[in-house]
Amino acid sequence: MVESNRWKKTPMREQSAEERVNNFDEVPFGYSEEEAMAEAERCLGCKVPFCEQGCPVEVPIKQFIQDLKDNDPAKAAQTIWSTNTLPAICGRVCPQEEQCELQCVLAKKGEPVGIGRLERYVADWAMERGLDAESPAERKGHRVAVVGSGPAGLTAAGDLARMGYDVTVFEALHVPGGVLMYGIPEFRLPKALVQEEIENLSKAGVDIQTNVVVGTSITVDELLEDEGYAAVFIGSGAGLPKFLGMPGENLLGVYSANEYLTRLNLMKAFKFPEVDTPVKVGKRVAVIGAGNTAMDAARTSLRAGAEEVHVVYRRSEKEMTARVEEYHHAIEEGVQFHWLNNPVAFLGDDDGWLRGMECIKMELGEPDDSGRARPVAIEGSEFEFQVETAILALGTSPNPLVPSHTPGLETEFWGGIITDEDSGATSREGVFAGGDVVTGAATVIQAMGAGKNAANAIDRYISERFGS
Amino acid sequence: MMYRIVEKRDLTDVTKLFVVDAPMVARRVQAGHFVILRCSEEGERIPITVADFDREAGTVTVVIQEVGKTSAAINDLAEGDSFVDFVGPLGQVAPMREDGHVVCVGGGFGVAPVLPVAKELRSRGVEVTSIIGARTQDLVILQDEMEAASDQLYLCSDDGSCGFHGFVTQQLEELIQSGTHIDEVVAVGPMVMMKATAEVTEPHGLKTWVSLDPIMVDGTGMCGVCRVTVGGELKFACVDGPFFDAHEVDYEEALKRNKMYQREERLAYDMYKENRHECRRGGAVSG
Repeated sequence: MVESNRWKKTPMREQSAEERVNNFDEVPFGYSEEEAMAEAERCLGCKVPFCEQGCPVEVPIKQFIQDLKDNDPAKAAQTIWSTNTLPAICGRVCPQEEQCELQCVLAKKGEPVGIGRLERYVADWAMERGLDAESPAERKGHRVAVVGSGPAGLTAAGDLARMGYDVTVFEALHVPGGVLMYGIPEFRLPKALVQEEIENLSKAGVDIQTNVVVGTSITVDELLEDEGYAAVFIGSGAGLPKFLGMPGENLLGVYSANEYLTRLNLMKAFKFPEVDTPVKVGKRVAVIGAGNTAMDAARTSLRAGAEEVHVVYRRSEKEMTARVEEYHHAIEEGVQFHWLNNPVAFLGDDDGWLRGMECIKMELGEPDDSGRARPVAIEGSEFEFQVETAILALGTSPNPLVPSHTPGLETEFWGGIITDEDSGATSREGVFAGGDVVTGAATVIQAMGAGKNAANAIDRYISERFGS
Repeated sequence: MMYRIVEKRDLTDVTKLFVVDAPMVARRVQAGHFVILRCSEEGERIPITVADFDREAGTVTVVIQEVGKTSAAINDLAEGDSFVDFVGPLGQVAPMREDGHVVCVGGGFGVAPVLPVAKELRSRGVEVTSIIGARTQDLVILQDEMEAASDQLYLCSDDGSCGFHGFVTQQLEELIQSGTHIDEVVAVGPMVMMKATAEVTEPHGLKTWVSLDPIMVDGTGMCGVCRVTVGGELKFACVDGPFFDAHEVDYEEALKRNKMYQREERLAYDMYKENRHECRRGGAVSG
């Protein structure tokens, strides 16, 4: 019998660190029915559910937990689906500690309700039984094109389909999912599950076309003028890796995190030669940066055969942007952290292969533009760090491909599409945008929130412009 | 969506031409564009510069030379088979003049990507001289097509088995020395040949374009594996290229970067050949 503890979350069982570094399987197992019920019982059912205000896609949290308490998980699934088309994904990768769970009244004295874990439980329960969201409303007779099938695009597509629009999603890669497929590793977000959640969208009438690069295969203007789409939503993501312009950055063995993770996640390079895409993982791997992508790259490296993985970051532990949970997982698995160290050059051998990095020690100075203490190099503290593989996880910028092929679509100097914050409306009539292509690299749920807002705005726009 | 091979032609023993049903690509493709394709669900994504296209028929033509497992597996496909993925057009249109005299140089299977450039230049009224070559006569490809797309065609072979006995770059040097007025040169072929072309034209201040073929994954600027140094700046060949100013390219770096997976490529190719041999012996190979 699982007892519910008023001040503590019902623990979730997971693979031990020793076991999981040898496989790509998901780390936490998810709640059993008993565990889920125990956790649901912790919810106080507040009159004003603050948790819901913390959710970018407005999941009716209080209601779905009540459904669980009523022992009706099927109803709980419908309740979640009413605002969130991708709960199995959100339940796993949302930073609930900064959103819904941060607002939970229990968090004032103890641990909040494990809302993310319960969402995952409900989504998995429904998926195992092949349940679908209730069928869409009456058809509106208008078509909407969605560019990109990452979290922003899928959310916009799901919501618009449910409103009764005929939605086509265009994806440049050969599988839909965007960063959910190429970026986030299998052990955090199983790919079969992502595909299943996308399959549910297809069942709801969303047409997904892979291998189409909007901008070059077909332009936004053609979609609006020739193909009969009433509106276009651009959710093409932040797929443009940053490089530092450091000496030796083009040596063999230096990867962008995007490339490294794409090879391993999307192309399954860890199975080479069973699959054709290779990857080189050295015995000693350095990951530069300390965000969630850096944690993903570091933990993936261990599973792909690295003996030592070192995260090198120019700031301190306090300024790290990774989720605490990911950081802890990385430590448990044996990733080594080197705070206040900044690589200044990559060193290569005669054939152009990486053999090490020159680093310099840093100290924290005055706060910079981001409000975080500015790291300052300590003169004369240079040292050599021997590595065979280096992965740059320095952040990504909005991918310029769609904006650069869409005349009149205004962007910020750093590449983000300029939009009205509430509606996602761009400088072009009928064109909306949201997610990382607007904000730069952010979280899955923020992109989903933007997709949801844009779907509502597109509905208003089409109703006003064309009548409904 | 599958991308059916409507025609397959043997250009040489190791070089095959495929006309592929890909209407979405055929609509907007232009000279210089490339596609990314995969031939199986376990396959890698490889970039191939387009050799020809027919907008009305909705087809795109690519030429594949067998150099490893993926190209071998593609060349084992038959008419009626399909690519599982075929996405494009990708990259920038080749930089092309509106007038004057352009020399198009194609080495080995690099003749294929030069062909649409020559065609387009000619259709604009540019005088086109083409220099194509290969190691030996049997490896020369698309000679008739290049002849039709050019005002003059020079054929070269390293061993003298056909045309000019020597490298395409030597023929180019001769042409320049002969005093013929040339406005620009476009050269596509193995990296060493493009580098040599740049070395021939640079002293003459002759504007030259080359098409780089680095390793790629997504082809949309997302992964950065195709980064090249051009004029001291970082460029992504997939979105900024594939054509670049020949006199600005860091060839040494590009050559090294293309060797990143040499060992893995050899392993995969050997395994494939072993397998193919087994299949053939068993008479089980299709097409």
